[in-house]
Amino acid sequence: MNFDFSEEQKLLQKTARDYLAQHCGLDVCRSVLESNGTHSDALWKGVAEMGWLGAAVPEEYGGAGFSRLELALIAQELGRALAPIPFGPSAYLVSEALLEFGSDEQKKRYLPRLASGELIGTFAHSERAGRSALADVATVFARGALSGVKFPVPDGAIAGLALVVAKGDAGPLLALIELDGQGIEVTPVGSIDPSRPASRIAFDGARAEALANGGGEKAIAHLLDRAAVLTAFEQIGGAERALEVTREFTLHRYAFGRPVASYQAIKHRLADIYAAIQLATSNAYYGAWALSTAAPELAVAACGARIAASEAFDLAGKDIIQMHGGVGFTWEYDCHLFYRRAKLLSLALGTPGEWRDRLIDRLEA
Amino acid sequence: MDFNDTPEEAAFRAEARQWLEANAVLRPPGKSRAGLLDVEANEVGLLGRAKQWQAKKADAKWACITWPAEFGGRGASAIQNVIFNQEEAKFDVPPNMFGIGQGMLGPTIMAHGTPEQKKRYLEPMLRADEVWCQLFSEPAAGSDLAGLRTTAVKDGDAWILNGQKIWTTGAHYSDWGMIVTRTDPRAAKHAGITYFIVDMKSPGIEIRPIHQINGSKDFNEVFFNNVRVPDANRVGAVNDGWRGAITTLMNERASIGSGSGMGFGVQELLRLARETEWNGRPAIEDPSVRERIADFYWKFKGLEYTGYRTLTALSRGTTPGPENSIGKMIGAPLRQELAAFAMELQGAAGATLDRDHSWRGGLAQQGWLGSPGLRLAGGTDEILHNILAERVLGLPGEVRVDKDKAFQDIPSGTVR
Repeated sequence: MNFDFSEEQKLLQKTARDYLAQHCGLDVCRSVLESNGTHSDALWKGVAEMGWLGAAVPEEYGGAGFSRLELALIAQELGRALAPIPFGPSAYLVSEALLEFGSDEQKKRYLPRLASGELIGTFAHSERAGRSALADVATVFARGALSGVKFPVPDGAIAGLALVVAKGDAGPLLALIELDGQGIEVTPVGSIDPSRPASRIAFDGARAEALANGGGEKAIAHLLDRAAVLTAFEQIGGAERALEVTREFTLHRYAFGRPVASYQAIKHRLADIYAAIQLATSNAYYGAWALSTAAPELAVAACGARIAASEAFDLAGKDIIQMHGGVGFTWEYDCHLFYRRAKLLSLALGTPGEWRDRLIDRLEA
Repeated sequence: MDFNDTPEEAAFRAEARQWLEANAVLRPPGKSRAGLLDVEANEVGLLGRAKQWQAKKADAKWACITWPAEFGGRGASAIQNVIFNQEEAKFDVPPNMFGIGQGMLGPTIMAHGTPEQKKRYLEPMLRADEVWCQLFSEPAAGSDLAGLRTTAVKDGDAWILNGQKIWTTGAHYSDWGMIVTRTDPRAAKHAGITYFIVDMKSPGIEIRPIHQINGSKDFNEVFFNNVRVPDANRVGAVNDGWRGAITTLMNERASIGSGSGMGFGVQELLRLARETEWNGRPAIEDPSVRERIADFYWKFKGLEYTGYRTLTALSRGTTPGPENSIGKMIGAPLRQELAAFAMELQGAAGATLDRDHSWRGGLAQQGWLGSPGLRLAGGTDEILHNILAERVLGLPGEVRVDKDKAFQDIPSGTVR
């Protein structure tokens, strides 16, 4: 039985943790949030230099050539640091899509620039409030042009390349579009987590191309499964950090002559958060195994990872405020950074409710 | 990352497998391994067969393999023990009914017993020539075990025991028991406890089965009325029995639970949801049903995969710690919820428990009636939360108002 990461992989994770401890304290997240900025450019450049953006990209395309297991551990550390950078959309979605479905020419054109951080990628899927099936996508891709509205799209203001879910002649597909072209209108929209800003993007006959093999519902679902596993690690990292911060605070906060962490009302809640994180971690490990071995189990594993990690971070993200009491509700304390990020990540790739439905579909398939 | 054995593990598995194939037959597909409930239904026959199988294993050094060679084991590692159990479970052999002795009491005797005790008791325990039970819980001492009141008073070269134990598995077919008693009520509560080995056939012992809410009688009450125990049967020093009790309890925790496969699980729930109609359609098509089942699914899978992580830790030579408690802390209440939901799926028929008229003979209902016990046995939900909070997260222990008081001055049990 070898259901864990290797020593080398854990060493890489430790390196990432140390790097982020030095370069991405919670003040980095806060400064983007308070300035209504786009992201931390210094951190983005640092992360690129560390080779993380191309961690799972083969060397021939400018990456480090590791597996998804290394990428998952990096994701966990970025989550723990609440890194205010477009890592997820760029690495788990656009780079992954190119690797899985791009032509060699498309890979050569974009992957080296994505891996170096020079080009930022984003993923444009949602179009409006509510839930919609892929068959209901209104954005149209025809004769090399894209028309429609995507809302919300992460990092619209800084992304140079978007991966767009659109309706083609033969059904849904993934289109690639460079965002500096004609017929593209990017409008920033407010976010519950301004450290990860969003936009509305309107395409009006903008020039785009189809991802070579990215056609069909299956391909899109597969891409989402991959991203769900990697995002789960990011969520778990955030949840772990939230639990640590909560633990530290409750150990040193006294009420009625005792640390509040000595009351069962608090202890049992923290134990529940710990347990939720363990369940999420185990589900995410299973997802990572399936992802890294291209196992067919990924379809079910991704659902479990996605739901469990969303539950864990949501729980840790709201209880961190509750366990802090009044100060947890102040702007000055960092609790709200977790509260915001947790909800943002749980809504970003399809809600846990959608993934529950998908899980049963796949179990019954 | 994979689910494979290391080369050493694979070699050990092959060796175990070879012996099992030569000495047992594979369990036919669809036949489930006898569980505790079958034990109750067919106790006498099963006990005899279980003893025979255990003796056969002992002859070939496949019994209690983690025990040191000097006591009849082979000094195997924890992961080797898991591998043997996995392989054994594939064969049509009786269940091991001796885990309490072999897994918990034996190691306690090894750690705290006299050379004479080790020589006298361990080998027959390993062979299951003698069966053991554990006499710990009392009506007023469960989670707060050190609140125990059964007394032992010195009388020459023996001790006289009086009191009551409860929740004793297998007391009625056990030859020996290990019992913690109060020997000094003037000392603080952990400091006045002494640990003994007691002959279950001694005069003055009365055993009564406990009738549970699910109709089963899996446990006993054991009454001690002037029961005489020789001083030679004392394990550890007088008034130092708590140390031995801790050893026993640590071994209880170290025994990895089988976890999966017991009772009414997610697979059965999925099947029920396919077979049961809601408004003319299979219930599995209803969004509210799908949502609930999805949650049961990932939670139970999360526990199963957590088990793989534990096995991996064992395989890499680390000892899993108290973080293991989440298995029971989450699993037990989840089983209760799952069974309750399975009944809800059946509508008004969910309230029936009838071999002929309920879905699959009332499987869900039986699970539901049994599930409150899961949340209590071997550490209640609440105690497990404390264990996780204190030993894993390092949060402060409870404020102890009984800490420096003489035991006799501490209120315990039900006080009105």
